[in-house]
Amino acid sequence: MALAALALTVIVFALTNLQPNLEKLARTQASTRMSDAEVASWLARNGYDRPMLIRYSEWLGVVPAWRGEDGTGGRCNTDPAPRFCGVLQGNWGWSTRFQGEVSAILGDRLAATGRLMFWVMLVMIPAALTLGILAGMREGSRIDRALSTVAITTTATPEYVSGVLLIALLASTQAGLSPLLTDLGLIDRPTLFLGNARSAATEPTFWNLALPVATIALAGMGYIARMTRASMAEVMAQPYIRTARLKGLPFRDIVLRHALRNALIAPFTVIMLQFPWLLNGVVITEVLFSYPGFGWTLVEAAGNNDIDLLLACSVVAVVLVLATQLISDLGYVWLNPRIRVR
Amino acid sequence: MPLLEIENLSISFQTRGLTIPAVTDFSLTIMPGEAMGLVGESGCGKSTVALGIMQDLGPAGRVTAGRVRFDARDLAALSPRDLRAIRGREIAMVYQEPMASLNPAMRVGAQLAEVPMTHEGTSRREALARARAMLADVHLPDPDRILRAYPHELSGGQQQRIVIAMALMSNPSLLILDEPTTALDVTVEAGIVDLLRELRRKHGTAMLFISHNLGLIRDTCDRLCVMYAGEAVETGTVAEVFTAMRHPYTQGLFRAIPRLAARRATEALVPIPGNAPLPQERPPGCNFGPRCPHVVPRRCDAQKIPMLPVAPPHASRCIRWDEIDWSARPPAGEIQPHAPSGETILRIEDLRKYYETGSGLFGPRAGAIVKANESLTFTVRQGETLAIVGESGCGKSTLAKLLVGLETATSGRILLDGHEVQHLPVEARPRAVVADLQMIFQNPADTLNPAISVGRQITRALEVFRQGASDADRRARTLDLLDLVQLPRAFAARLPRQLSGGQKQRVGIARAFASGARIVVADEPVSALDVSVQAAVTKLLTDMQRETGTTLIFISHDLALVRHLADRVMVMYLGHIVEIGPAEAVFSPPFHPYTEALLSAVPLPDPGAGQRRIVLEGDIPSATHPPPGCPFHTRCHRKAQVPGTLCETVLPPMQRFENGHAICCHLDRGILEGMAPVIAEPSSGQ
Amino acid sequence: MELGWAAILLRIALRLWPVWLALALSFGAARAFRHRLGFLGRLLDSRTGMTGLALVLFWTFAALLAPLIVTHDPLAQLSGMRNAVPGTPLPDPQGGGYPHYLLGGDALARDVFSRMIAGARAVLAIAPAAALVAYMTGISLGLPAGYYRGRIDAGLTFAANLVIAFPGILLFFLLVTPEIRQTPIPRAMSAILFAIPLAFAAQLIRTRHVANRTRRRALLALTLALGVWAWSGLVLDADPLGLWRMPPNLLNIFIAVVFVSAPVVFRITRGLTLDLASRDYVAAARTRGETPAYIMLWEILPNARGPLIVDFCLRIGYITILLGALGFFGLGVSPESPDWGSTINQGRRLLTAYPHAALAPALALMSLVLGLNLLADGLREESLRD
Repeated sequence: MALAALALTVIVFALTNLQPNLEKLARTQASTRMSDAEVASWLARNGYDRPMLIRYSEWLGVVPAWRGEDGTGGRCNTDPAPRFCGVLQGNWGWSTRFQGEVSAILGDRLAATGRLMFWVMLVMIPAALTLGILAGMREGSRIDRALSTVAITTTATPEYVSGVLLIALLASTQAGLSPLLTDLGLIDRPTLFLGNARSAATEPTFWNLALPVATIALAGMGYIARMTRASMAEVMAQPYIRTARLKGLPFRDIVLRHALRNALIAPFTVIMLQFPWLLNGVVITEVLFSYPGFGWTLVEAAGNNDIDLLLACSVVAVVLVLATQLISDLGYVWLNPRIRVR
Repeated sequence: MPLLEIENLSISFQTRGLTIPAVTDFSLTIMPGEAMGLVGESGCGKSTVALGIMQDLGPAGRVTAGRVRFDARDLAALSPRDLRAIRGREIAMVYQEPMASLNPAMRVGAQLAEVPMTHEGTSRREALARARAMLADVHLPDPDRILRAYPHELSGGQQQRIVIAMALMSNPSLLILDEPTTALDVTVEAGIVDLLRELRRKHGTAMLFISHNLGLIRDTCDRLCVMYAGEAVETGTVAEVFTAMRHPYTQGLFRAIPRLAARRATEALVPIPGNAPLPQERPPGCNFGPRCPHVVPRRCDAQKIPMLPVAPPHASRCIRWDEIDWSARPPAGEIQPHAPSGETILRIEDLRKYYETGSGLFGPRAGAIVKANESLTFTVRQGETLAIVGESGCGKSTLAKLLVGLETATSGRILLDGHEVQHLPVEARPRAVVADLQMIFQNPADTLNPAISVGRQITRALEVFRQGASDADRRARTLDLLDLVQLPRAFAARLPRQLSGGQKQRVGIARAFASGARIVVADEPVSALDVSVQAAVTKLLTDMQRETGTTLIFISHDLALVRHLADRVMVMYLGHIVEIGPAEAVFSPPFHPYTEALLSAVPLPDPGAGQRRIVLEGDIPSATHPPPGCPFHTRCHRKAQVPGTLCETVLPPMQRFENGHAICCHLDRGILEGMAPVIAEPSSGQ
Repeated sequence: MELGWAAILLRIALRLWPVWLALALSFGAARAFRHRLGFLGRLLDSRTGMTGLALVLFWTFAALLAPLIVTHDPLAQLSGMRNAVPGTPLPDPQGGGYPHYLLGGDALARDVFSRMIAGARAVLAIAPAAALVAYMTGISLGLPAGYYRGRIDAGLTFAANLVIAFPGILLFFLLVTPEIRQTPIPRAMSAILFAIPLAFAAQLIRTRHVANRTRRRALLALTLALGVWAWSGLVLDADPLGLWRMPPNLLNIFIAVVFVSAPVVFRITRGLTLDLASRDYVAAARTRGETPAYIMLWEILPNARGPLIVDFCLRIGYITILLGALGFFGLGVSPESPDWGSTINQGRRLLTAYPHAALAPALALMSLVLGLNLLADGLREESLRD
């Protein structure tokens, strides 16, 4: 796992430090109308012209940090600066886009995203599991067909589509429900929900947070629900369910006592492996609703080739993904006694 | 008053707009305390009858006619609530696959206790106490540990005992057993059969015992009903039907079964020609007509045949039951003299195969080594049939894989014509060696590639072995091979799923013989087939072997079948050879105690056959932790006859007898030679 | 005169006549030959599958026949039509052009309806081809990983998990930039990715014809000639006939999309191979001395086709979503591109006031992906019934 994280940072570092990207960085940082010679000298002045491997090692903190000729610049421009100051020493570097310490910026943004995700999980997981279990309980029934159609539609709707639809439907002054409700005098605001969630980062309310939460939850829900349904349907066809039925157990007991635990083994892994996908959704949704969280920061950092911030973002993302994989493995063992270590 | 009364029951399934009749016009009664057997081959509808009794046919199944009465109540008319009160409490069921019918995520105790808790409102504590007592009843050691265990932590035999215990928790008046021992090894099966007989004596439960095995029915039941293509064809008491059968199908079935009590030289298997009809393609009139040797056109196919009384309760669905000479010997059964075995073609010396088992979740776990084969030494001669016999986990399939190169040996030697091949995986063997050693596989569903036409699969084998000069030549030879395995040439264009199991095995045989193989290794080639088809495929295999002079290494768990076709027999247990020798010598004393127990455990369908009964304790030990000393000592019934702790500590030597017969045992030579035969020859058979 | 909603829908329906005709013809043909279509013929019985197929075919035909359907040049900006609501008549309907903006105008006064139809063309030109190349790559790596297991598997699985663990968006921001097009990275990746289908086809032929050497040589030569031609055009942009070429920004998108999709295909193929490799028919093939390449391509792959076809439909859907996301972030596409993702992106700025410019492509994208999902579901149901 550490190896994977390391490999990924190497890749990100290499890609962000390609010559054209550095030239772009120079132009955005200094002046957009620099000549090629000026760009080269700017890069040299800031230490970007040295071999990539050395600079990566500095970032990691296994090689002493570089200092500019005048003693300023480089990773550690505080005085007196430690010799090693990379990620291993807890120094995540300086954001060229936001002009601040990466760790401070990212901390805030992660907290904002954490709040958003808390509500997403709270809505999405129970809804998806209930949907899946109800549908898979009696395969082929009318309830199954209806719920499956809902699930398949939400999976087919990416966040940037569902977000747009939700805004048009619920947060537009021109279209959807809001004008109607205003006319009827049912709401005192111009729109039912707010289509911009910038304010939600500081003071989240139902009004400004509902749409981003719904957007992410809807997109993730369909997939989990379909997995749960497939798993539930498969379990309900197992011989041990027939055993339970022919023992004379009522249907409710069969579902709750015999089917549920077995049926949740597969979707549990799916929910956990959903995280990389949810992360994409978070990025799109945060951009769409201008919610200043982790995803929004990532896009800003990438758009401006903010190397340190981008590296930190990718480390966070990768650690998140790998951690969920670990949790999913552990949870799988806990749910499935067959592979429990004896 | 009958406990269960089935009257003219018909059940059909609805799929894709088609109505498929599974059971038609089926009647049966079971009196309290009576054991009724239901026999038939796969697809004959016997399991559907069981589910029909339980009213659990699923959304696709429907009772189209007839009634099922239990205790004078029409089960179809009951409310779901009343039905639930009967299921599990008055009628209980035991299934074929014990592992699949237990919930993998629930402890055994909870699954057992659920029954009285649901039906009698018993408290959890009392229910668990009853479960504990019931586990003792089914002779499971250490009930407290088992109550806390998950199903996967137990062996197959233990699981089936738990399923039986679960069925008996509420002391039902009828127990339905659907092939309860089919998934188990024969020595384990013997234990379950004894248990069932004992429980019946103790509780007086009525039983409906569903099986394809006539021998088991003879061992366990009072009456039986033979089913064919969705219908009952013959019913009566076990004694009457087994001695004076009055339906050609029943008789055909008996003649197709290999007999342990028969000598190969005196009795050949008589296959039933053809295949059972598909449910939607049943012929008019008698369903068995197209395969029946006594069929009379325009009489047997003129109308539906009803059940005709022979001598109540004996009845037969044969319109000519009183015209046929039932004692006439079948015309087939000509016995060709077997070619004498030639030179040694294959020599195996001190062969071992160890596997390292799986990496667990947290990295590979060290030390888990499966000892699949241990110091095997034997020879195979040109043109002979060597049978390798043993139960699951004895290493017989591993040996087959080593021979054909699907695995490579850990140590020891395999010499083909004096050249070592044990270290070469099949990919590295010279083409001539690959062509010499071919294999026939067990599972007909798996042996042919489902995506490739039958003809193409045979042609490919010809191409690979550079047989035939041109594409046209190879096509012609493919058709010849189809002729040789008695399949229509039109099958060349078919996909495997359009073939029945027996037909697929025939293609597998054609493919194995396509290279001109000198040695064919057949790994349980007929064990997944129905009895009537089994006989035909076995006959084909031995005929082809005789014609081509091929050496056949026949791996099987079926001792009776082996007795019919083997020249020499090798008995394996936990990776060791425990006995080897000419077939006659292995099937008669002196025995290795394991061979003795195996022979005594085989259910015999022969009326009047006597059998000494030896039921082994416990299960086959795991090959990861084989016992020290003699591999069989943990279950051996004759261990007491060996002084001291010899069995537990020292691997026994091979004791040699005449004709190359050898037994790996510590028993005194005098005891071995003084053993009585296990099976007494019946005076006369049908 | 401004049109009402009923009139707008009617006019759109009329305007789509070539699509309706093509749909009618293809369904008629499918019904007539249903017994010869096998597994696809049985799809006609499944309502889910039929709905999906209809949606997918609708957009396919719309993309193919786009020149017949669009009412205006999707790039033309007509004065006075900025943010025009649906059904607005042109202020100056001269020159025999279509008199209305059926679905209104966008912020740059272009026709939303025509841009939506043209967008289908932009999306469907890439998504299936990218899915195909991703499939070839994923299969070519997944088969050996599942068949040989051991170290090859460990290495490839690690690499695949690495790409999957990477947040896709971040990868796109790094891989699809004008800057990266100045480096040799996209060309090197395309050189490898486009060589894989070629090697794949060559292996198929080489392993199949073992006895007839002349035929094998002829087929191999033909495949290699065709393959090298396409490869040189796509990778080196050196096709003398100019048939095979891809603009650098499109190539960049294509490579990025294939790069993130192939590991998923790899995982699926590997899983299927692990299972199928334990079958007796594979052992039977080994005991007649077949080469691993033959076993993987001709014994295992055909039996994995069911799940792979189902997933292929889903994969086209995911790639459509990915392409939309790229457009949404303005990555790799030219500003005037009519593709759905960028149109949504441009439309969302005025979303609360003029939702129609973003809604039309949003619904189009959703219906196409929904169609692909339904089709996959129908195929899965049908293949399970065997």
